[in-house]
Amino acid sequence: MAKQYETVIGLEVHVELATRTKIFCGCSTAFGGAPNTHTCPVCTGMPGSLPVLNKQVVEYAVAVGLAANCEITRNCKFDRKNYFYPDNPQNYQISQLYLPICRDGWVGIETQAGKKKVRIHEIHMEEDAGKLIHDEWEDCSLVDYNRSGVPLIEIVSEPDMRSAEEVIAYLEKLRLLIQYLGASDCKLQEGSMRADVNLSVREAGSGRLGVRTEMKNLNSFKAIARAIEGERQRQIELLEEGKPVTQETRRWDDNKEYSYAMRSKEDAQDYRYFPDPDLAPVHISEAWLQQIREKQPEFRDEKMARYKEEFNIPDYDIEILTSSKHLADLFEATSALCGQPKKVSNWLMVETLRLLKEKDMEPEEIRFSPENLASLIGLTERKVINGSVAKEVFEVLFEKDIDPEKYVEEKGLKTERDEGALKKSIEEIVEANPQSVEDYKNGKEKAIGFLVGQTMKAMKGKADPAQINTILREFLK
Amino acid sequence: MNREEILAATATELSQKIRAGETTVKEAAEAVLYVIEEKEETLHCYVTIDKEKLMAGAEAVQKKIDAGELSGPLAGVPFALKDNICTKGMRTTCSSRILENFIPAYSAQAVENLEKAGAVIIGKTNMDEFAMGSTTETSAFGVTRNPRNLLHVPGGSSGGSAAAVAAGECFAALGSDTGGSIRQPASYCGVVGMKPTYGTVSRYGLVAYGSSLDQIGPITKDVRDCAAVLYAIASHDQKDSTSMKRDCRFMDALKKDVKGMKIGIPQDYFGDGLDPEVKKAVLDAAGMLKENGAVVETFDLSLVQYAIPAYYTIAAAEASSNLERFDGIKYGYRTKEFEGLHNMYKKTRSEGFGAEVKRRIMLGSFVLSSGYYDAYYLKALKVKTLIKKAFDEAFERYDLILGPVAPTTAPRLGESLADPLKMYLGDIYTIAVNLAGLPAISVPCGFDGKGLPIGLQLIGNCFEENKILRAAYTYEQAAGQKGR
Repeated sequence: MAKQYETVIGLEVHVELATRTKIFCGCSTAFGGAPNTHTCPVCTGMPGSLPVLNKQVVEYAVAVGLAANCEITRNCKFDRKNYFYPDNPQNYQISQLYLPICRDGWVGIETQAGKKKVRIHEIHMEEDAGKLIHDEWEDCSLVDYNRSGVPLIEIVSEPDMRSAEEVIAYLEKLRLLIQYLGASDCKLQEGSMRADVNLSVREAGSGRLGVRTEMKNLNSFKAIARAIEGERQRQIELLEEGKPVTQETRRWDDNKEYSYAMRSKEDAQDYRYFPDPDLAPVHISEAWLQQIREKQPEFRDEKMARYKEEFNIPDYDIEILTSSKHLADLFEATSALCGQPKKVSNWLMVETLRLLKEKDMEPEEIRFSPENLASLIGLTERKVINGSVAKEVFEVLFEKDIDPEKYVEEKGLKTERDEGALKKSIEEIVEANPQSVEDYKNGKEKAIGFLVGQTMKAMKGKADPAQINTILREFLK
Repeated sequence: MNREEILAATATELSQKIRAGETTVKEAAEAVLYVIEEKEETLHCYVTIDKEKLMAGAEAVQKKIDAGELSGPLAGVPFALKDNICTKGMRTTCSSRILENFIPAYSAQAVENLEKAGAVIIGKTNMDEFAMGSTTETSAFGVTRNPRNLLHVPGGSSGGSAAAVAAGECFAALGSDTGGSIRQPASYCGVVGMKPTYGTVSRYGLVAYGSSLDQIGPITKDVRDCAAVLYAIASHDQKDSTSMKRDCRFMDALKKDVKGMKIGIPQDYFGDGLDPEVKKAVLDAAGMLKENGAVVETFDLSLVQYAIPAYYTIAAAEASSNLERFDGIKYGYRTKEFEGLHNMYKKTRSEGFGAEVKRRIMLGSFVLSSGYYDAYYLKALKVKTLIKKAFDEAFERYDLILGPVAPTTAPRLGESLADPLKMYLGDIYTIAVNLAGLPAISVPCGFDGKGLPIGLQLIGNCFEENKILRAAYTYEQAAGQKGR
């Protein structure tokens, strides 16, 4: 019988924090400025410049640590990680090695294999690097320091995961915790959340860990799942052939579905870490810690429990709505405004999710306000517009966050209630469709549907089909 | 006032005369330029002199003085700045090829403070490359000569600043002190130099050498000027996380009164290697303070022998990291021909840095490398803590500690670099002060047989600059012109 192998996975997750300014200077962290416009002497490594710690970074790091059940290091320090690369203006990165801000935590995950805890070794704060851009025309590289000094936290797990499914569940869990905290938007595609996968395999039942590799360049959950499967296979094949696995860093190419060795442990750099003399140790007082604790939001599990109590909506809806902080906030705010949680949930679950999927957007990118959605729901409730008009209006609302009342007024989308006008239209339809009338009179119920549809069409959709149905039946009696 | 009278004035005297209308900022600037014209070619105190900027600054400051907007004790005084202190729009080279054409986009906080006090900037003074050296001979732009004897070095690393003050090429200057770089050249050139308590003067804009040890401080003609300059440059700066909020009323210390002041003389500072003439001059100075009412006794400070290895470990470690940013990518020198990134780094840094800087980068990289970190760097940090503790204990008994600044007077040009270890040992009396973050002053206390100046060092506890200044002022007053 072929040998059974177990996959052992630990993750290093980098998360870009959503602070307004950089970690060690007052420059903006906003995305997309012209190159080197969000920079100053500090984040471009000018001689004589000095870093000053942004307190918000500490607060976010502590908040994430608390949410992940970590010990908070009350006197933590920053260290310099020395290496030469042009995207790193000082040629050292300010990070934390000796005394990281959070240690020894865990998060709970649930997969088909059941519930388990993934332990967190540490969380530390550090600065991001700039971006190198290769200019093909000039054959030279240019560097943009706008990202240099953007705050990051690195969350290092223990090697507690055994499958891609567990890895994804762990990442989803972290992402939700962090999004709920508002500490980051955690977008893998845009790089505000980055995961490096440390993976080794061993014979099932073995107590010893195998030699691990570290995989980088994983830009989506799908890529992570594929990379894990690919690397697992590669390592098993090596072992089956009696060859050793080399401890090395590998780069995943998701198009080719293969990873390439970047550097092995032998040529690993000596980073010559030492405490940064420019930054005083960070003391987190009991009072400060308490303040952060009190500001912790309601996380997903608590929110789900409360929704079950508070709102009469299906469990499935609750699961989807709370899977995004933004969606949950939108749901609650809109429900509070219109008092119709079930209706709100329907709009979010059906139309909103459909449009998100169609436009390949994340729930966090939803632009419309709870006020306008509530107003749209009000219009349908009061039967000012009918269901299909409401859907049309919603598409515009989703796109431009328009005021539905105004929009319906301006575009003349109100449902026609005037019986005279409706009767006139019905008369014309009946006259034009003698066969259908005949069919109906001969007992074909279906024919009435056709006539209602024709009338709706004639009314350009701005009518109530139920009302037409009633009038039509009266008319054909 | 005629030129001779202007040049004979101290910085605070000059400012007072300008404010009284007896002379003008322009006349003071012209007097300084006259001396520069006469002596600079021989002495080479400066790396950069900006006459236009000086004269424009003189005019602007004069207007403010006339309008009553500037009334401080340094208003209108022409200053020199060590070339590792950033000046907006004015070349800042650290006396290194690698920054030969570097023009900062901002000024150091200390410079802004000084300009706010009405100082006008003459230019940037020569120094040991990146402040690494004790003679100003490691400068990439040539040596500076000691104005007291042209065959001798001015000391270092702030040699250009000390020589400029001593020669009258400025009225006062800023230096920086990481292991004695203000006090030792002040001593060699016969002027006053002070290293303030760590955190007193913002390091923002000081090109870092050993970040945990670096402090900017004054180099002046006398103790009053020293207090005035320190008052002007000290500030709590949000841009420097190691900057402190503290009492800065240094001018209040200028009283001739040391009655009852307890002064300890560490025996270890007077052992082997101390030149007998230096020893005598320093002990005579102690005697004079005693005559004026101070209580002087000897004691055992211990640990001094460990200060040099600890210092060179810590300073080199920090320097190796601080100097990484000079890579040819963003600013400064870049090698002309190269193949690929790695080769560009290597050639740029090989060509851009001098021998002493390379030596310290290698030393620092070594002590931080994995496997050696604990044995060298961590151990040095422990020594640092013990040295601080030894000083803490001493300051439970004494107000001040008194000793020499350097074991000898200024060596001859060309003597020191051949034996770097011997040069490092010359820092023995100044280095422990930086490791402990303490304030200390160098005050002239006589000359040796060759006419070279000798410096008296007074060390105080953290934030006790005023005790140092009071004792230094008292000594200066009692000694009359003997010191200078």
